Amino acid sequence: MVVAESKPVTEILEMIKDCKKVLVAGCKGCVTVCNSGGEKEVGILASELRLARKVAGDDLEVLEYTCERQCDPEYIEPLDEYAKDVDAVVSIACSVGPQYIAARYPFLPVFPGLNTVFIGGAAEHGVWKEYCQACGHCIIGDFGGLCPVTRCAKSLMNGPCGGSSGGKCEVGKGTIDCIWHLIYERLKNLGQLSKLENPWGFKDWSTSRDGGPRTMIREELRK
Amino acid sequence: MTLTAGSKLEKILKSGQKAVTCECGPPRGADAEHFRHKAAYLKDCADAVNVTDNQTSVVRFCSLAACRILMDMGIEPVMQMVTRDMNRIALQSNVLGAAALGIKNLLCLTGDHNSFGDHPQAKNVHDLDSVQLLAAVKAMRDEGRMISGTEVVGRPQMFLGAAANPFADPYEFRVVRMAKKIKAGAQFIQTQCIYDMERFAKFMEMANDMGLTEKAYILAGITPFKSVGMANYMKKFVPGMLVPDYYIQRLKGVPKEKQGEEGIKIAVEQIQQVLEIKGVAGIHLMAIEWEEKAPEILKAAGLLPRPQVD
Repeated sequence: MVVAESKPVTEILEMIKDCKKVLVAGCKGCVTVCNSGGEKEVGILASELRLARKVAGDDLEVLEYTCERQCDPEYIEPLDEYAKDVDAVVSIACSVGPQYIAARYPFLPVFPGLNTVFIGGAAEHGVWKEYCQACGHCIIGDFGGLCPVTRCAKSLMNGPCGGSSGGKCEVGKGTIDCIWHLIYERLKNLGQLSKLENPWGFKDWSTSRDGGPRTMIREELRK
Repeated sequence: MTLTAGSKLEKILKSGQKAVTCECGPPRGADAEHFRHKAAYLKDCADAVNVTDNQTSVVRFCSLAACRILMDMGIEPVMQMVTRDMNRIALQSNVLGAAALGIKNLLCLTGDHNSFGDHPQAKNVHDLDSVQLLAAVKAMRDEGRMISGTEVVGRPQMFLGAAANPFADPYEFRVVRMAKKIKAGAQFIQTQCIYDMERFAKFMEMANDMGLTEKAYILAGITPFKSVGMANYMKKFVPGMLVPDYYIQRLKGVPKEKQGEEGIKIAVEQIQQVLEIKGVAGIHLMAIEWEEKAPEILKAAGLLPRPQVD
């Protein structure tokens, strides 16, 4: 899933300082799963904004709505009735959400209430880790099913570097696993260490964002 | 003798004599005089001098310019190049430019991660890693083509080197990774600073067993301790660096003003020890911001004067 974290309320308050009425729009997709932008978080943020502005003597009216998804045009249609009479929308979807809202409402300001941080998954309750950077051509089959592009700090295809110590990466003060250590251990378990004996060639980054913003088309699904 | 680049370093190594390289880091500014001053100490005691490329991710004047300054001083450079800051377009361009200036030794590295340097906010590149850079330069030199397949008009004649850290983990994989670098094109290897002699000897034994010392020249990395503080720092804070306690105890055992002298004694002993190990083709002396001590260390180790080659 896309993992996102809440922006500090002070940052959001600064964005909407000239507004009298805003909509906080959540999303029932990934950000609900990672507890940053679902119905519950919409309610919490709305209350925090109201309270902060009340304390400041400058009341703010806050409407609340949580979309089924914000990354699908049909699911943001329900925002139409709110959009008519608010000064701005604060979207707490991943950054796709505010951009869809911006496209739908050309004259309505929209602000991000989250920082979108990575594509990843939960490691334990309250902890999420990055697993993918969407390079567009998955090569993890060569590395025991583990991704060195994303999970090695230097994206080495021929690691581990000299900073691997006790299974940990030199970056992150011992909090990050050296993915190359894990790749080595896994291929050893699988009896496939010979896979690491030859230099891994040049990666084609043109399928990544380096080739420009990407569009995926599946003709068989188009109407 | 078949030569690829014909550098002094290549000739000395291929003649079977023990080589000596030293390291000289460019300053954090445009002060060329400071760099010339440090390099002057190394002129007659190193066969070639490595110029670091923004080492530890700290901005310094560039390796290419510093190499040119060394050549003007009559010192043969080993240009270090890291893949952290440049993509394949810039890397290949710089290799061609370096060759055009007459630089003949190239050390291919990935580089320290930018989060450790003076610009942790920087965007890193990592289009290639060190192994891929070796392969790219080798293909330009031997096959006359770039990564894209584009023909190179005027092949870069480079004697290619790589780094190896025998002390990082997983330990049993370190020699395999060095073998991979040699397969990709490395002709010489400069190791991380060696303090744990036993582990280094074991590493060399594996390298000998795999036949790697027949395929590439391994230069053992030596860094003298200036003080017990430096030894402690390296032990605690430099990842992948093993500093045995007996060196720390030995430095602690002498008065503070004598610690530098003791550090030099240790370095001389280490040089003598590594040169006894089968397969070690020379040493790489990294006297960090202590270049003026290099002549004294090398003389005491019996490595001066340096051999002359045509």
